Amino acid sequence: MNTRIACIASNTFREAVRDRVLYNLIAFALLLSGAAILVGLISIEIERLVVINLGLAAVSLFGVVIAIFIGIGLVSKEIEKRTLYTVLSRPVRRWEFIVGKFLGLAGTLAVNAFFMAIGVFAALLYVSHKFTRPDALILLALYFIILEFLIVCSLALLFSSFSSPLLSAVFAFSLFVIGSFADDLRGFAGMARGLTRWLATGAAYLVPNFSAFNVVGAVAHGQPVSAQLVLHNTLYALFYTAMALSAAVLIFERRNLK
Amino acid sequence: MAAIEILGLEKTYFIGFWRKRPKRALLPLHLAIEEGEIFGFLGPNGAGKTTTLKMLMGLVFPTAGTARILGREWTDPEVKAQIGFLPEQPYFYDYLTAHELLDYYGQLSGVPARERKHRMEEVLARVGLHDIKGLQLRKFSKGMLQRVGIAQAILHNPKLVFLDEPMSGLDPLGRREVRDLIEQLKREGKTVFFSTHILSDAEALCDRVAIIHRGELRGVGAVEELTSTIQGKVEVIWQGTRVPASMKALGAECHVTGDTVRAVLPETQQDAAIDALRRERIRLIAITPLRTSLETYFVEKLQHSQTSAGKTS
Repeated sequence: MNTRIACIASNTFREAVRDRVLYNLIAFALLLSGAAILVGLISIEIERLVVINLGLAAVSLFGVVIAIFIGIGLVSKEIEKRTLYTVLSRPVRRWEFIVGKFLGLAGTLAVNAFFMAIGVFAALLYVSHKFTRPDALILLALYFIILEFLIVCSLALLFSSFSSPLLSAVFAFSLFVIGSFADDLRGFAGMARGLTRWLATGAAYLVPNFSAFNVVGAVAHGQPVSAQLVLHNTLYALFYTAMALSAAVLIFERRNLK
Repeated sequence: MAAIEILGLEKTYFIGFWRKRPKRALLPLHLAIEEGEIFGFLGPNGAGKTTTLKMLMGLVFPTAGTARILGREWTDPEVKAQIGFLPEQPYFYDYLTAHELLDYYGQLSGVPARERKHRMEEVLARVGLHDIKGLQLRKFSKGMLQRVGIAQAILHNPKLVFLDEPMSGLDPLGRREVRDLIEQLKREGKTVFFSTHILSDAEALCDRVAIIHRGELRGVGAVEELTSTIQGKVEVIWQGTRVPASMKALGAECHVTGDTVRAVLPETQQDAAIDALRRERIRLIAITPLRTSLETYFVEKLQHSQTSAGKTS
């Protein structure tokens, strides 16, 4: 990788760590251990289901919140605090800055998800006393969650490249919520008529389809996930992320840093 | 060879809700700065100094015009490896220590790893920052941050250094140190382009200065040239606190300071003044022709531009 991009990425990661972002892991650990103990006391046979559902939902929610709240400030905060001036006055191209920032945040989320995954498996071991073959599917669900993070990060970064942190947060959260119901939006578009149909179809394909990444229910029930879905989600996430990052670069390349 | 050639750079911002109202931040600017000189870019706040620097650094895009730095297009990334920049009131990643920050900037500037540590220690010593290992920048004073800012600007041994208000936030000792540092950079053969509104700094340091006001260049030249206008008056200084009546009769304006008297009188009365002091047996210390100070020149240029603006409107 380009040295400058790696350097900006590692500094972004270091900033997140020093701003105590990874402290969320403590909250996650408390939540999960509390839930594991509780379900171990009150339920029979559904412990595994509850721990996987709750654990993966928490991994996703914590990650998305971090992605949005850090992502929205990645560019705007640097402009506002003028830390960008001494970076861009060096032989750093603007696109390198954007890509470096993205990779730094994505790396932070991947490390965060890694530790959370360990927590999920530990809680699972606590309630089930052993691992079974279908538990390996949890890794696939985690992979999809990380793909989801890539899209959210790139969108937060895109909004951060032209908007204020507050508006960026509103845009990013709105897209995340709408994207989580993208399947329903497509269903609605199929039923609508005339202009509404066109608008709904356009919106359904423009917003990120997060519902396709949610395989938590299937994984919790030990149902297999098709290789086609893995391939589709991988390509979709990479394409969507690349598009959002390209848009961020295009906007940022033209921006005057007053 | 010119280190910097500014060829008609200009900047107009469009303001208002619909961004239709033009506001000219910089009128077409033509300027050449020679290699190895200390060049002062002077002007009051809001004159267009920072806008010019930001355009040269590629932070703001010009509405028109171009520039060449060290013989290359100013947008060429290779050029940026050879320039250092200290922004006005710099702010850095406050979660880093000074060493971490310099290491980061060193990597971005392409300083090889084996040289970085040595260079970091060297520049921190040059700006007078000692015993700061492990201290995060959020705990630094304004003056210390300014020193870190200067350190990062010279870390990669650039040929050309841009300093935006480098004395800002420094105490008198710090200002003196920065002045010495700028002079040292010149001795090393570097070109220094710095903006300031503190005229005494410019007068003491610069080979040449340019004066900018309301986005327009008002004057450029060597400090000696700009201040060489003899006003037709002489300054006479003598020891004591007594002002003879004969001096007053010559039309001298006298000021007593401590145990010396300073008198300003027309050049034509110079010989008569010397005779008068001899007669009174007063010890003469100095007689010097009164020259325009940079401050006087600066104020004149500003007043002239305000008068012109008034006439136009």
